[in-house]
Amino acid sequence: MSRKLLLEHINVPGINTLEVYRQKGGYRAVEKALKTLTPEEIVEEVKKSGLRGRGGAGFPTGMKWSFLAKPEGVARYLVCNADESEPGTFKDRYLMTYIPHALIEGMIVSSFALGAKVSYIYVRGEMMPQIRILEKAIAEAKAAGWLGKNILGTGYDLELYVQPGGGAYICGEETALLESLEGKRGNPRIKPPFPAIAGLYGCPTVVNNVESIAAVVPIINDGGDEYAKIGIGRSTGTKLISASGNLVKPGVYEIELGLPVEEFIYSDEYCGGIANGKKLKATVAGGSSVPVLPANLTLKLANGEPRLMSYESLSEGGFATGTMMGSGGFIAFDEDQCIVRNTWNFSRFYHHESCGQCSPCREGTGWMEKVLHKIEHGHGSMDDVDLLWDIQRKIEGNTICPLGDAAAWPVASAIRHFRDEFEWHIKEPVKSQQQNYGLASYATPIEKAPVTEEK
Amino acid sequence: MSEKVKVTIDGITVEVDNGTTILNAARQIGGDIVPPAMCYYSKLEGSGGKCRTCIVKVTKGSEKDPRPMPKLVASCRTTVMDGMEVLNITSPEVLEARAGVVEILLINHPLDCPVCDQAGECDLQNLGYEHGLQKTRYEFERRTFERIDIGDKIQLHMNRCILCYRCVFTADQITNKRVHGILNRGDHSEISTYIQQAVDNDFSGNVIDVCPVGALTDKTFRFKNRVWFTKPVDAHRDCDHEKCNGKVTLWYKGEDVLRVTARKDQFGEVEEFICNTCRFDKKATSDWVIEQPTHIDDTSVIASNHYETLKPLHVIQPNQALQAANEIELHKTVKY
Repeated sequence: MSRKLLLEHINVPGINTLEVYRQKGGYRAVEKALKTLTPEEIVEEVKKSGLRGRGGAGFPTGMKWSFLAKPEGVARYLVCNADESEPGTFKDRYLMTYIPHALIEGMIVSSFALGAKVSYIYVRGEMMPQIRILEKAIAEAKAAGWLGKNILGTGYDLELYVQPGGGAYICGEETALLESLEGKRGNPRIKPPFPAIAGLYGCPTVVNNVESIAAVVPIINDGGDEYAKIGIGRSTGTKLISASGNLVKPGVYEIELGLPVEEFIYSDEYCGGIANGKKLKATVAGGSSVPVLPANLTLKLANGEPRLMSYESLSEGGFATGTMMGSGGFIAFDEDQCIVRNTWNFSRFYHHESCGQCSPCREGTGWMEKVLHKIEHGHGSMDDVDLLWDIQRKIEGNTICPLGDAAAWPVASAIRHFRDEFEWHIKEPVKSQQQNYGLASYATPIEKAPVTEEK
Repeated sequence: MSEKVKVTIDGITVEVDNGTTILNAARQIGGDIVPPAMCYYSKLEGSGGKCRTCIVKVTKGSEKDPRPMPKLVASCRTTVMDGMEVLNITSPEVLEARAGVVEILLINHPLDCPVCDQAGECDLQNLGYEHGLQKTRYEFERRTFERIDIGDKIQLHMNRCILCYRCVFTADQITNKRVHGILNRGDHSEISTYIQQAVDNDFSGNVIDVCPVGALTDKTFRFKNRVWFTKPVDAHRDCDHEKCNGKVTLWYKGEDVLRVTARKDQFGEVEEFICNTCRFDKKATSDWVIEQPTHIDDTSVIASNHYETLKPLHVIQPNQALQAANEIELHKTVKY
């Protein structure tokens, strides 16, 4: 059994109430932080822990905190990004539903570390039950004196608000989130200035993912060094992975970073293998935005070493043979799934969610969706595959925010690794409507690279 | 921080004020290296960064930090650093990406230039000539909207809009109250008014001038004439509106003033915004004091009918004696 830090008490009945959460050692971190540590020491602990942002980009959280500008007489804000809407990712929702106090405890400690007197949790609009759960938990915490004026007699005041979003994927981009929180249209801002300098209402702001903030609690309880011992290399600690797709046991798992991907998919402790005795064809390792990989490259690196669930190992080989950790939305496809259809579905999502501010993303996502729809429904021509490749190249890197890249990468990787399947769809328009391309050679194991002995 | 910084664009070095954007530094150099700008408008604060036509490559970040920037950057919103080196037209990567942006801007554009009032002075048309492909690769039905009248003087053709947000910024910054904005999301976004409210403000007509395409058109000029058949003339009148100084361009066809616009500089930007009285109601020569013919760039299609300068014949150019004889005429053709 690997260590669990966030989901340790997930199966305790009533862990969503303050009383049970306290019995299981909850709010120890707040007591420790507010009474014995200074804000600088907390930031230092988080830096030492090596915690990396759990929302997708993997930027070191401690670093982000230390970039926060601290001008005199200007308010600072902490905003928790709970606008989780990436297809395949549902870890934050799980955490907020079952252990809301873990997030609130993390918010108190983090706000104290950053000197924020008002903090917000921006929750995706569709997650109404979670918003109610959080509001109830905040009311409980406030009644018990963990929030509000003069917390624990230390003289620190904190107000915590839950803000429902309008239900736009783009509002998960931090500057769009801030715009939306200010009550404007959720368009990403042009950076610089970064939120650490001018964020919410022009004040210095830190935006963190739910899981990153919750992970601050074990870091403060056990110390940053202790946290850094878990994991591998620069990927420290544990990570929530939301596994979905054709798996025997899909769900949210807490893993120690560095777990081999093969073990994660096939061991009974985690996903328990591919459902119905089928074979793995492809995976999307970190939510819909990251490149899709065929089974052989999922399990093994290009040189034949086993691939691990860590930021570095998943991105090993760049986009040619690697992918990204992303937000941890692990989607597995079995041999009966159609990659073209899946790619079309993803691009349909990005077409729908593009904010429409900058041209390549606004027009290009719709174009890709239409071309993919055409190929999927048996009307494609060979030029369309090259056209798609060209469109995604025109979008990637030329947009204001990363949504353009996120729309381009799944298409690019699907063409890169599954070109045969696209061409089969075009050559066999009738057959492709009735059956799937199948496993082909996508699961052929990669041979270990021959070791050349040095002489 | 008013010290000067040095920036090199396509090998040409210029000294500019600290905090200048790359685009404005390029405009100080002038010529072909100025990146095209569809959404940036120097008179409107916060504009730019959206259309991505002005993207350039930064090969050297600054003297202190010489690393190149990883992606192409929007030159209108990136400020220069001391010692920065930028490639615009000398970088094939930039030209390719820009051609891509132009293609993408045109896929949902109706390409109805033959019936569009903006034709001839349209930024998108110019951009299409310079960077576009001969043939579109887009084979699907284009997105369409209904035409709507926003106010009694302005008509909105949403099909032609490229969502540059200029008119939104204009309404925010020039008029007292903005009643129009962007609705919806992605490629369904459209400019519209609050429940079809009329845009009615003394300065609302300026949205027509800032629109880079034919999305916002002057209803008093609709289908009156092609712009290249009209002759622009600078004029002024003593306008009693406190914010308007009455300096305009009149567009003549024969004896008639067909339309009135604000004066535009060489980058197609309005010099000073004018009020609606000057724009829509004063259409008689007797209302105005004529100054001079408007200077028209000879790359513009409007120049084909223009009488400002008489070009010296080609035979003059290699001949020293003829050049001396035609000195005054030649002097007029020099661009300042």
